[in-house]
Amino acid sequence: MTTVRERLQADAAPPDAEAAAALAAGRRRWLLLAPALVVLVLAASGPLLVVLAYSFLTPGTFGGVRWELSAEGWFRVFFARDIFDPETVRLNHAHASIFWRSVSLAFQTTVICALLGFPTAWFIANRPERTRAVWLFVITIPFWTNLLIRTFAIQEVIRNEGLVNSVLMALGLIQAPIQMLYTDFAILVGMAYVFLPLMVLPLYAAMDRLDPRLLEAAYDLYASRVRVLWHVVLPLVKPGLIAGSILVFIPSIGAYVTPRVLGGGRNLMLANLIELQFGQGRNWPLGAALAVTLLVIVLFALFVYLRFASKDEDPRRA
Amino acid sequence: MAADGTADVETRARRDGAAAGGTAEIEIVGLTKVFGRGSEAARALDEVNLTVRRGEFFTLLGPSGCGKTTLLRMIAGFEQPTRGAIRIDGRDVAGLGPNRRPVNTVFQSYALFPHMTAAENIGFGLRMLGRPRREVEAKVAEMLRLVRMEPMANRRPAAISGGQQQRVALARALAPRPRVLLLDEPLSALDLKLRKEMQGELKRLQAETGITFVFVTHDQEEALTMSDRIAVMDRGRILQVGSPRAIYDRPADRFVADFIGDTNFLEAVVVRSVGDAATVRLPSGAVRAASVPEGLAPVAGGRVTVVVRPEHAALAEDGELVGVVEEAVYFGTDTHLHVRLDTGGRFTLRRQNMAGDHAPEPGAAVTIRIAESGLRVLRP
Ligand SMILES: Nc1ncnc2c1ncn2[C@@H]1O[C@H](COP(=O)(O)OP(=O)(O)OP(=O)(O)O)[C@@H](O)[C@H]1O
Ligand SMILES: [Mg+2]
Repeated sequence: MTTVRERLQADAAPPDAEAAAALAAGRRRWLLLAPALVVLVLAASGPLLVVLAYSFLTPGTFGGVRWELSAEGWFRVFFARDIFDPETVRLNHAHASIFWRSVSLAFQTTVICALLGFPTAWFIANRPERTRAVWLFVITIPFWTNLLIRTFAIQEVIRNEGLVNSVLMALGLIQAPIQMLYTDFAILVGMAYVFLPLMVLPLYAAMDRLDPRLLEAAYDLYASRVRVLWHVVLPLVKPGLIAGSILVFIPSIGAYVTPRVLGGGRNLMLANLIELQFGQGRNWPLGAALAVTLLVIVLFALFVYLRFASKDEDPRRA
Repeated sequence: MAADGTADVETRARRDGAAAGGTAEIEIVGLTKVFGRGSEAARALDEVNLTVRRGEFFTLLGPSGCGKTTLLRMIAGFEQPTRGAIRIDGRDVAGLGPNRRPVNTVFQSYALFPHMTAAENIGFGLRMLGRPRREVEAKVAEMLRLVRMEPMANRRPAAISGGQQQRVALARALAPRPRVLLLDEPLSALDLKLRKEMQGELKRLQAETGITFVFVTHDQEEALTMSDRIAVMDRGRILQVGSPRAIYDRPADRFVADFIGDTNFLEAVVVRSVGDAATVRLPSGAVRAASVPEGLAPVAGGRVTVVVRPEHAALAEDGELVGVVEEAVYFGTDTHLHVRLDTGGRFTLRRQNMAGDHAPEPGAAVTIRIAESGLRVLRP
């Protein structure tokens, strides 16, 4: 990161002066990096370390932790003790099913967002320059409203006396309302709706960069429109698709409000389970251990996905 | 090519066809293209009629914005004509998408697929045609050899030079053996040396494959050196079609004469006119024979413009034109003399430099003689 002038000076200077200059440059680099490092350490790693530490402590009677080392929190993530005989241990099926539901719902949300987001982004990328900004603006409008309010709005639409059911019944298509609220379906609808823009925007950015002449070239070389999409568009917007998928998957797997409002009490996801431990459950170490587990799952998913996605490396890196 | 005997036979057959003067490969009739509507409407092509013969190297030449790309894109199928018809190999291609026309394009920007290697790029068309993998591999290897890119087969476009990308783009368009190859200023992004090299390469490829080339350029020298025939375009119209020699020596109108090469324009009066020959009186009073564009019958006594190429005139003891040298520009092999004529107007001539002699200095009085058949009457 030396400037040209510095390099010129270094060239002209005798060897020991050169070494001193290099040292000074190194010191200055650390000085310049310092603010970023402070933010990273304090704001990102700090709280994480606290959570990690709490997961190895003992729960306090009224919440909080007692400073006594204990692996019980981590133990309870995976195993349950019999109420009458604490020595009898079995796998914690309730936790396993919540983990599974969270991963599965987050994955399904990502797929739905990709399927809806791809044509949406394509549509916007192919509008004339003037109207594109307007469409992008429209896509981001939902972000203006509070998440909770938007989620309640969805509840209004899909509940038994809600818009969808009343219209279907008025049309005579169904006799009794379809139970949609408080199902996994409701959670999926809610999350897909909330996170769709996070898929559309990076996809759009990738499509906007796509050279239309590449599509013409493929079309000229006997590819049908579908094959142009498959062989040229898809590989070239893959970075956008990956970015969008990550942006959707991570908040989906940690979603709290949506499963709470649309899934009712019955359909828990991980974040709700964690909240339960810090609230009613009064078991902070378990909550902390669950939170760390969630983090590990996300990191693992990211790792697998990036490995899988970069199998044939980034096209622009050649 | 030697490995592929059938291709050789096919090639020869096509070239014989071309030599025989010509089955039509592309026929364009009354082609008109209007972009936009109402007050914003722009006529990019205006009643274009054109026939490209099988196996020939055909060039579209014209200034920027004259509609060359538009014409090419309509042949390829990227744009729909507003009016008129295009026939390729006798078949009307209206309504056929680019993927269903036996035509491939080499884009100015090459448009190589960045996520594929050179070899994969070249094989793309054949794969899309559903050819068996063995055949695709053999053909790609042949194409790599043809454009001399075997060592770069597994490189991505970003990792090869501009000239190499250009060759891959050529190979990609040639691999499916289209009837016609369309090339939109494929050399304009290259530096002069590479450009000369690629001009030779293109001619060689065209000769080896026998495929009809339709080549777009606005470089007149490139057009003259490479083409079998040239169509000169201006503002959406085709002004003249002919061999490079015909276009250069016998331009039909002022635009063509001016656009191609350096030209001297002289005002003259027709003395006599028979068929494609006429005698004209130059401003100096000299009477000379001049050739006349086809179908133009100048009326005796009428005023016409005649052209003389700079190399069709020479300094002489006695000649038709008299003037004073204004400027002498040294070009190495020759010197360009800009002469102010006594009868008004300027005249440029090219004088070859010989060892030991000297071109006239500015201010020298000179007499210019126009070569036999160096005069050409233009359409008004
Ligand atoms: N899609 C379009 N919409 C509107 N006008 C267009 C469009 N494409 C071309 N034109 C117009 O049509 C005319 C011919 O354009 P074209 O690109 O064919 O020129 P060209 O001869 O290829 O020029 P150049 O040598 O600069 O490439 C130009 O005036 C251009 O502005
Ligand atoms: Mg053009």
